[in-house]
Amino acid sequence: MKIFRAIGLTLLFLLTTLSSSGAAEADLRAIIAKFATAADFSETGAIVRELTATGDPAVERPLAALAEGNLYIRAADSMVFVGKEGSDSIQLFDPLSGEAAGEASADDLTQIGVNNTLRRTIRDALGTLTLGSKDPTVRIAAADTMFKTPDAANIEPLDAAIASETVASVKALLEQARGASILVSDKPDTDKLAAIALIGARGDRDALSLLTSVEANASGAVKEAATAAIASINSTLAFWDAGQNIWYGISLGSVLLLAAIGLAITFGVMGVINMAHGEMVMLGAYTTFVVQQVIRTSFPGLFDWSLVIALPLAFLVAALVGLAIERGIIRFLYGRPLETLLATWGVSLILQQAVRTIFGPTNQEVGNPSWMSGSFDIGQLAITWNRLWILVFALAVFGVLLYVMKRTPWGLQMRAVTANRRMAASMGIKTPWVDALTFALGSGIAGIAGVALSQIDNVSPNLGRGYIIDSFMVVVFGGVGNLWGTLVGAFSLGIVNKFLEPYAGAVLGKIVVLVLIILFIQKRPRGLFALKGRAVEA
Amino acid sequence: MRGNFAKITKILSAGVVAAGLLASASAKAAEDTIKVGILHSLSGTMAISETTLKDVMLMLIDEQNAKGGLLGKKLEAVVVDPASNWPLFAEKARELISKDKVAAVFGCWTSVSRKSVLPVFSELDNILFYPVQYEGEESERNVFYTGAAPNQQAIPAVDYLMSADGGSVKRWVLEGTDYVYPRTTNKILEAYLKSKGVPAEDIMVNYTPFGFSDWQTEVSAIKKFGSAGKKTAVVSTVNGDANVPFYKELGNQGIKAEDIPVMAFSVGEEELAGLDTKPLVGHLAAWNYFESVNTPENKKFIADWHKFIKNNKRTTNDPMEAHYIGFNMWVKAVQKAGTTDPDKVIDAMVGVSVPNLTGGYSAMMPNHHITKPVLIGEIQANGQFQTVSKTPGLVMGDEWSDYLPDSKDLISDWRAPLSCGNFNVKTGKCGGKGTN
Repeated sequence: MKIFRAIGLTLLFLLTTLSSSGAAEADLRAIIAKFATAADFSETGAIVRELTATGDPAVERPLAALAEGNLYIRAADSMVFVGKEGSDSIQLFDPLSGEAAGEASADDLTQIGVNNTLRRTIRDALGTLTLGSKDPTVRIAAADTMFKTPDAANIEPLDAAIASETVASVKALLEQARGASILVSDKPDTDKLAAIALIGARGDRDALSLLTSVEANASGAVKEAATAAIASINSTLAFWDAGQNIWYGISLGSVLLLAAIGLAITFGVMGVINMAHGEMVMLGAYTTFVVQQVIRTSFPGLFDWSLVIALPLAFLVAALVGLAIERGIIRFLYGRPLETLLATWGVSLILQQAVRTIFGPTNQEVGNPSWMSGSFDIGQLAITWNRLWILVFALAVFGVLLYVMKRTPWGLQMRAVTANRRMAASMGIKTPWVDALTFALGSGIAGIAGVALSQIDNVSPNLGRGYIIDSFMVVVFGGVGNLWGTLVGAFSLGIVNKFLEPYAGAVLGKIVVLVLIILFIQKRPRGLFALKGRAVEA
Repeated sequence: MRGNFAKITKILSAGVVAAGLLASASAKAAEDTIKVGILHSLSGTMAISETTLKDVMLMLIDEQNAKGGLLGKKLEAVVVDPASNWPLFAEKARELISKDKVAAVFGCWTSVSRKSVLPVFSELDNILFYPVQYEGEESERNVFYTGAAPNQQAIPAVDYLMSADGGSVKRWVLEGTDYVYPRTTNKILEAYLKSKGVPAEDIMVNYTPFGFSDWQTEVSAIKKFGSAGKKTAVVSTVNGDANVPFYKELGNQGIKAEDIPVMAFSVGEEELAGLDTKPLVGHLAAWNYFESVNTPENKKFIADWHKFIKNNKRTTNDPMEAHYIGFNMWVKAVQKAGTTDPDKVIDAMVGVSVPNLTGGYSAMMPNHHITKPVLIGEIQANGQFQTVSKTPGLVMGDEWSDYLPDSKDLISDWRAPLSCGNFNVKTGKCGGKGTN
């Protein structure tokens, strides 16, 4: 196969200079036509290798389509086409020229199956074929693939590519790929030592993976250099690992904060043990689902805005349900925590079962908008966009809530009623309505938390169950009645949890955190930031 | 205030009353019917998976009635809701058998719910059909296991990953939810991998709690484990709800199936319905049935299902096929025995063979497990699986794993004269010890 590829690559450079001829195209078509008779994955794989061996850049289109599962055989005449799924039929395109070739229904076409091994073969093949692409991102992807699958036959084409490369960053990647290929070739040790230095400087997990296999197979100076490079990469990675733990902790903290912040109002400020809090989060998530469904069917262009549209709606839905619960049940139970606990527990069961009846018991799909998908790197730290946005969102919600509580007349009334209900009533504040609106606010905030959590968790009737214990833990730990306590509580629990997890495992980590909280509450029953003054005794 | 509180208790009890109505409605039906118990959670955490099985049972019973019923009588479903509450499973099972006098029960999903009802079934001598893949190490006279035993799912899956087609995997992450099924399965797999010459440092085992949702640390640990220069794969026994955030995190951290494939034993079409599967194309699952299997039987089953549930988007999955097989086997055994008397039906069950949905026949073996083909599928962009490997023949369910020291000498044969679920071939005595 190596020989094939070597021949293919030489051909590639010949062909790109001479430009492909009509005869070559007929050959390619003959090879592509063989897909129709391939009986299993290994035969399809053989055809892929044959196509790659021609070295013609034109094979990129059919190969890429095959990897995506978009290559079809028409049953009527065994012709091979690239297909694009339309609403009720499949549009066909010529596999080489890409010209439209009519359409056919799915029943008349057979999709050519691919498996992981084939996909990898195709990816490697495309890596070498797209080295000369005009698009720098494609060249970066090609360099990356060639780095991960080093092959002595790659050195020559990489040399040529490096010579003609104009973008410095791409050039560096190409040189690293060349280094990787040198390490698996039979070049002299001096070249290999230089390559190890180059790759060692790259310092990421791919480099580590490559050097580990080099270390296992080499001897003498090369082995020593590889060992040294591995040690240095490991020490940098250990540093980044610590950073990663902190980031994961902050990210978990932001999720806890979002889940708990509504409860900090209903339980923290009002003192209602609200077991239906998780269900408010769930209602918010289902609102997001409904919004996305409507957008999918009626306004597909708006999909990236779905979360922004869902936010106010989720707030409204959860706040209205919260208002109904307060007016209907909780207001009769103030001052009776046990009954409140049981009643809200019952409400949570009713809400869960209602959602189950309306939407069905299975998970619903809530998609990630494009700006919340994928990740970016800072050094060796991969940060996923959705986690980052959730952190930003959690802090924004916290800021807004703090402003409402501290700077608006409504917030003042809320605090007044909590601090001294009778005095507030004497001042002309309608305490029952302040109670109702405060509860609605807490529920509404839980609803918008649901919008964010729908991005990282299941949207199922059980969504709320997973967050209720954690939310209470955060509020109690942070100090009941104090928003800042909730913030600090959420982030410290998140970070402690994530630092324990790699050492103790997820199960034991959770137990240790729970035990620590119990011990802490023994020592400081009012949590981190205890409220002082008469409010506490009331 | 007192009046208001009474109101609240009324609301709370409304749900209980509603559940009760279901049971009492069926009591009014005609006297001369054969009753079939359905014991699946319709509320609580397991409702997500079990409600579908209740529906498929109702459909199968409807179809049988349309064909003229059984022994000249109509079948009648008795549905109860054990509400994902394990002790309640035992109570409801007792209710079904003693009060409703059902001829057989189809039910349970989690192993703990099955363990909870076992004593009830042996005490009251009735039949349970259990449709879910499980950890093995059990064989009861009153239970028929129509789901996969570990050798009908886990072992062939690992064999596939080790093969050239599967990518010749050398390093293994065994990731599971912390309960009996993943722990036993992983114990079997670890022993199996070691017997195939995989060194201990190339196996990483990790457990997470039920409903785990923050997978960042675990996924980056997998990434780290996978960068040792050897082909790595994840074998996942992660259960139910925790799968969606797990796969979302895999997608976000850019772990592609070509680099580190994830082979799952608890992820089916139903679980994928809640996910955007485009970043997951190529990750694997091992089952005995996929909705995408192209056979006339399966096409008819899917069409019937869509008609019955009145929703063309609802998927079918492996445990549904297990109930399809189990129900048809029971019907055949009752016809063979000429009675619904559990004792006679249990004896008639062994050897019964019915068509499965993947184009073959499944037969009930003397150990109360069935024969099935094993399929390996890759996740596609449309949320379905594409079969990439199928065992050449049928695999017989092996209840006592050959790879665990405690159970390798045990066999089960419920035919007379042996009639024993844990016969030790070394000592020649019935009553050998299993691992749990």
